[in-house]
Amino acid sequence: MASAGDASGASGAAAQGGTMPSPATQAPAIETSELRKQFGRIVALAGLTMTVRRGEVFGFLGPNGAGKTTAVKLLLGLSAPTAGAGRVLGAPLGDLATRQRIGYLPELFRYQGWMTAREVLALHCELAHLPRPSWPGEIAESLALVGLADRSNDRVETFSKGMAQRLGLGVALLGKPDLVVLDEPTSALDPVGRQDVREIIGSLRARGVTVFLNSHLLTEVERVCDRVAIVDRGGVVAELGMAELVRESGVRVLVTGLPDAGAIAGRFGQARLDGEWLVVDSIADGKVPALVAELVSHGGAVHAVVPERHTLEERFLSLLGAAPDEAAEGARDVAVPASPELRP
Amino acid sequence: MNRGAILVIARLTLREAFRRRLLWALVGLTLLLVAVTGWLFGKAAEVTPLEGGAQQLILSQLLVMIAFMFSFVLTMTAAFAASPAIGPEIENGLLLAVLARPVRRSDVLLGRWLGLALVVVAYALAAGYLELAVVRLMTGYLPIDPLVAPVYLAGETLILLTLALVFSTRIAPVASGSIAVVGFGLAWMGGIAGGIGDYLNNDTLRNAGTIAHLVLPSDTLWRGAMFALEPPPDVLAAAGSQARIFTVSPFFAGTPPPLPWLAWSAAWIVATLAIGILLLRRREL
Repeated sequence: MASAGDASGASGAAAQGGTMPSPATQAPAIETSELRKQFGRIVALAGLTMTVRRGEVFGFLGPNGAGKTTAVKLLLGLSAPTAGAGRVLGAPLGDLATRQRIGYLPELFRYQGWMTAREVLALHCELAHLPRPSWPGEIAESLALVGLADRSNDRVETFSKGMAQRLGLGVALLGKPDLVVLDEPTSALDPVGRQDVREIIGSLRARGVTVFLNSHLLTEVERVCDRVAIVDRGGVVAELGMAELVRESGVRVLVTGLPDAGAIAGRFGQARLDGEWLVVDSIADGKVPALVAELVSHGGAVHAVVPERHTLEERFLSLLGAAPDEAAEGARDVAVPASPELRP
Repeated sequence: MNRGAILVIARLTLREAFRRRLLWALVGLTLLLVAVTGWLFGKAAEVTPLEGGAQQLILSQLLVMIAFMFSFVLTMTAAFAASPAIGPEIENGLLLAVLARPVRRSDVLLGRWLGLALVVVAYALAAGYLELAVVRLMTGYLPIDPLVAPVYLAGETLILLTLALVFSTRIAPVASGSIAVVGFGLAWMGGIAGGIGDYLNNDTLRNAGTIAHLVLPSDTLWRGAMFALEPPPDVLAAAGSQARIFTVSPFFAGTPPPLPWLAWSAAWIVATLAIGILLLRRREL
């Protein structure tokens, strides 16, 4: 097993960066293959296989204890995998030079309490090897972005938990990284703070920065992510795009006087009866008026039409709750999705 | 090894020592200690004028005992400063953000060691030379090697600082600090056992001393400090039979530490730091 600390070292990266710069820039932001982590007999990550494309906001979802933070630590080289491999920004996991291009907000955010916010940011500018003349600009921009400009000269130990998390976000954004890894970035924030984080993530996406968002707050993820991977018991249960989730939306129609309404509606999507309601899932965009017209043309009386949008939460719960056996299979056997049809 | 990152961490450690007022507390206490002991030496010199070797021996014994107390203070300072330097910062998450940068775990350990070493060495040298200057002023006593004595004390502190820091990578601060302080005591007693073994020509006791010096060479350096604080050989010779009684004192060293033992002390620090790096690398964050 490789040592946890200095997993790959800088030499490999230097060689790779020096001789093959273009594959590194073309490579996905993150790609892992059968990444596994065991602590003694406890399997924290059963085998993570996933790809995060450049420039996308990628949500990494799962219940508590699913292995999300373990996965983040492996990606950042803070922990060495028991088995499997991965590359981040084209370089092997743990590559020192690549860490210059990664911003990270840990779930357990803690910064030197005896320093001021400005000093903490300056320390990270230095640790990230940013050119010294750029520090004042980077620090000012970061402070303004996370709303701490007026507290920049206060000691961090005087900060509330939410302010400390804002500072952590500011630290992660220093130096305009290519990849920003946010581990539960809104756990200590109030609704205003959460809105700020959403806007920051939006601006990162606009700049082409890849964001890896580790969270169990589904509504947050739903609002900002392009794609998500759902993990449970140490493995990926499903990967899906947000657009796909929207496309899978349906409609509920209250129709009477039409015994074969289900058969008619079946031509538009997956139809079923729910009491008096006819539910049509996965109906194609813009086809609801045609469905209603078809029902009416066959003599049905349409009393109500209610759009029904599947939420990420519903999908999440159905994946983790309705199919526990499949989820367990995924955990044991790595990245085999329990519901292959959900893959984009 | 990344020299730049090591220096950044060392500088961070120094700033923290200043900002947390550790140094100022030490400086204040030391000035008080030097003032009190200076007054004590002045009174001792009034009662016992420096006329013979025996009187100088008495003053040197007083100085060695004060140095022993000072070395204990240095040990406690090293233990308190080093024992929370790594482990708690892993547990509270502070190191996560640092190690996600282009920084190796070895850089953190060596940077911490370097920063703390600068603090304790500077403190040992400054306080040691100040005490010797005050003793010289109040009594006229000048030991055999006044320039080297504080260097030995600083070296002894470095040994215990290294021990506490390396243990702090894996165990709780209270435990690692305690190990350093208990180690200091055990090594000292081992050295005394070795001295008695030499005097009585008893191999068992002599070997116990040797083993103690191998496992934790702090007493090797402490014996160097004691020797450097004693009167010059001609003074001892002039004292004749009166000096003999001091040779069995635990606060007397008849010879300076041999060069191979000094080399072993330096090698021990390097080897222990290497073990600390391995321990820290294998620790899960």
